[in-house]
Amino acid sequence: MKTPERDATRHHRLSRRAFVTGTAAAGVTAAAGLEGILAAGRAPAYAQGTRLNIVRWVDFIPACDVELKRQAPEASKALGAEVVFEFINANDLQPRITAAMQSGSGPDIIQMLHNWPHLYANGLVDVSDLVAWQVKEQGALYTLSEVNVKVGGKFMALPHGIVPGLIAYRKSWFDEVGATTFPKTYEELRQVAAKLKKKGKPYGQTLGHTFGDAPGWAYPLMWNYGGMEVDKSGKTAIDSKGTVEAVKFMTAFWKDGCDEGGLAWDDTNNNRAFLAGEICGSLNGASIYIAAKRGQDKIKDEKGEPMLRDIQHARLPAGPAGSSSYQASFHHGVMQYGKNQKLAKDFLKWLHGKEQFGKWFQVAEGFSIGSTKFWEQHPLWSTIDEPMKGFRTAADNSRVLGYAGAPSAKATEAYTKYVVVDMFAKGVQGMKAEDAVQWAAGELKKIYG
Amino acid sequence: MTRFLENERLLACLLLAPTVILLGLFIAYPFVMGVWLSLSNTSVGNLGVFVGLKNFIKAWNDSIFQTAFYNTFFYTFWATIFKLVLGMWLALLLNRHFRGKRIVRASMLLPFIVPTVLSTFAWRWMFDPTFSVLNWLLYQGGFITTKLPFLSDGVYGMWCAIVVNTWRGMPFFAITLLAGLQTISTDLQEAASLDGANGWQRFWHVTWPLLKPVTLVVVVFSVIQTFSDFQLIYVLTGGGPANATHLLATYAYQIGVATGLLGEGAAISLFMLPVLFIVVWVQLRYLRRLEGA
Repeated sequence: MKTPERDATRHHRLSRRAFVTGTAAAGVTAAAGLEGILAAGRAPAYAQGTRLNIVRWVDFIPACDVELKRQAPEASKALGAEVVFEFINANDLQPRITAAMQSGSGPDIIQMLHNWPHLYANGLVDVSDLVAWQVKEQGALYTLSEVNVKVGGKFMALPHGIVPGLIAYRKSWFDEVGATTFPKTYEELRQVAAKLKKKGKPYGQTLGHTFGDAPGWAYPLMWNYGGMEVDKSGKTAIDSKGTVEAVKFMTAFWKDGCDEGGLAWDDTNNNRAFLAGEICGSLNGASIYIAAKRGQDKIKDEKGEPMLRDIQHARLPAGPAGSSSYQASFHHGVMQYGKNQKLAKDFLKWLHGKEQFGKWFQVAEGFSIGSTKFWEQHPLWSTIDEPMKGFRTAADNSRVLGYAGAPSAKATEAYTKYVVVDMFAKGVQGMKAEDAVQWAAGELKKIYG
Repeated sequence: MTRFLENERLLACLLLAPTVILLGLFIAYPFVMGVWLSLSNTSVGNLGVFVGLKNFIKAWNDSIFQTAFYNTFFYTFWATIFKLVLGMWLALLLNRHFRGKRIVRASMLLPFIVPTVLSTFAWRWMFDPTFSVLNWLLYQGGFITTKLPFLSDGVYGMWCAIVVNTWRGMPFFAITLLAGLQTISTDLQEAASLDGANGWQRFWHVTWPLLKPVTLVVVVFSVIQTFSDFQLIYVLTGGGPANATHLLATYAYQIGVATGLLGEGAAISLFMLPVLFIVVWVQLRYLRRLEGA
């Protein structure tokens, strides 16, 4: 068996045969990318000191970042260039992208969320070849992932995964007020939350300017009451009876059943509040459950038992117009200004490949579900805890930002300005529902024209 | 070479050149670039074209901009007033002789020394919507029955920001005013005392007129810094809830950098320029008049 030590020794004693083999390896690499690297068993001939910088969010599952840091030296060895990860707050990713694109320097690869590739397409490298490879290896992309990275027929980022959101709730508390199954409609949820709020256990929901939980709640609420940002032709259509009803519901739900501090929450506050036993439920990724599991010695319920046993997950309830969700998809974009675009692509192929991604996926424990249905068949799902099983297919009813129109840079702009989230926030702060909707319509008209 | 250096004009140019180059690179160029961006529709990844004053008009008609514009004045006015009053009070106290004076003077500077981001994070924890220690203390003390919405209500949020800004900026006022107080001869105070002036009269008729020039300089600096404040609001409230605490700087950042509409963001930030220019011009003119008197 070939070992790294033996490989290293071979490098030191460069014979004519080794030189010829190495030269051949470089040729193969140039011709066949990562397969070439792996087949040759040698690092490609990138200039000495070449460094590949990747910027990603600070994962809600810290072990995921640890796994990537563990993989970095392996990637460095396989690619013959130093691979360096940098992790920053997810809410700082967009400013970082703008700064990098405008200055023409910065990380070689930046993580993209949602439909950001539409907004930043001019600064991204076409990775259609990588997408074709990924699809060939791992099956068709989820529609959500596909449309979020496909700009004008080209794939401008490589889908990495989806972090689905479900409502994490305290089963025993819901049982106490007679909700032995999770409420099926928004109105039922309001009634249950109102009972729990009276007991000092409100529902927790952010309406702050934060990347995941706020839009993850606000957009589906609007859709499920029949509202939409724009119609199919891209014309602003938010000023509708459905949207007004959604804002009215939110206002009542907020007052009756929610922790009203949620207006100032970011994506982390609900995790902390839930794990501290301050709230009865919250729309979130699986991070609450996973944190409760990993810290079950410390995170206990009021009876002193691990809180984990009392956590259950449910999909968003239905509104008068049905039940859809909005799930956050994650991708990697290769930056156009980068001097190592080929290396960046090779690295992504390495990182997204079944072997490496599989290890990371396992560490994520269901927090990230991959970007293709292939990962729904992973053995992880047969051994995972029962409350986590719902995450496997949670993305199947997700719509995209800008619904009912097609994904576009304008939809990204509306998202980044938090127009839909602020519409609900204005409602709960006392603005008349009709006025809040009209305000949002005015803001969207400025964007969509 | 010697002849060359003896030419005063050439030598002056030579000595000034590094400063001029630095100013040009780091002040003039970004400023001109900012003006150009504000007059274009540049967005992230797209080279813009000239659009005249369109961005300024769009901003002026934008309800969030109007809120941010009002907030900037409100925040600057109240924070400066509090910093001045409390800073003056502190300076007068520290100008007296008492045991441990040096330690008190040094520790007073702590809020000014600690990086804004760090200290604001600490305040954010104290104002946390769920785990606020202030709410806990008030509740345990029997002063409140429900949590105060420190950061989840726009009005509370703005006042919280003013409190933090005052806490942070007050030492700058105090230490500068203290330096001013120490230049005032004690003979004047004694003479006023002998004439029968009480404490307030001595302050108003002796100390204040002599301290006015220093005070004005401090106020000018403070107004400039507070009007263009970014870090504090960005960390404490992020401009929320629902844009209620945005200042011009944070809103310009939100539009220009986060959303990538660089032209619009530059226009919003340039609204600060004429306002600051007028403030500085009026105050400096007043200062010159005082010096001339």
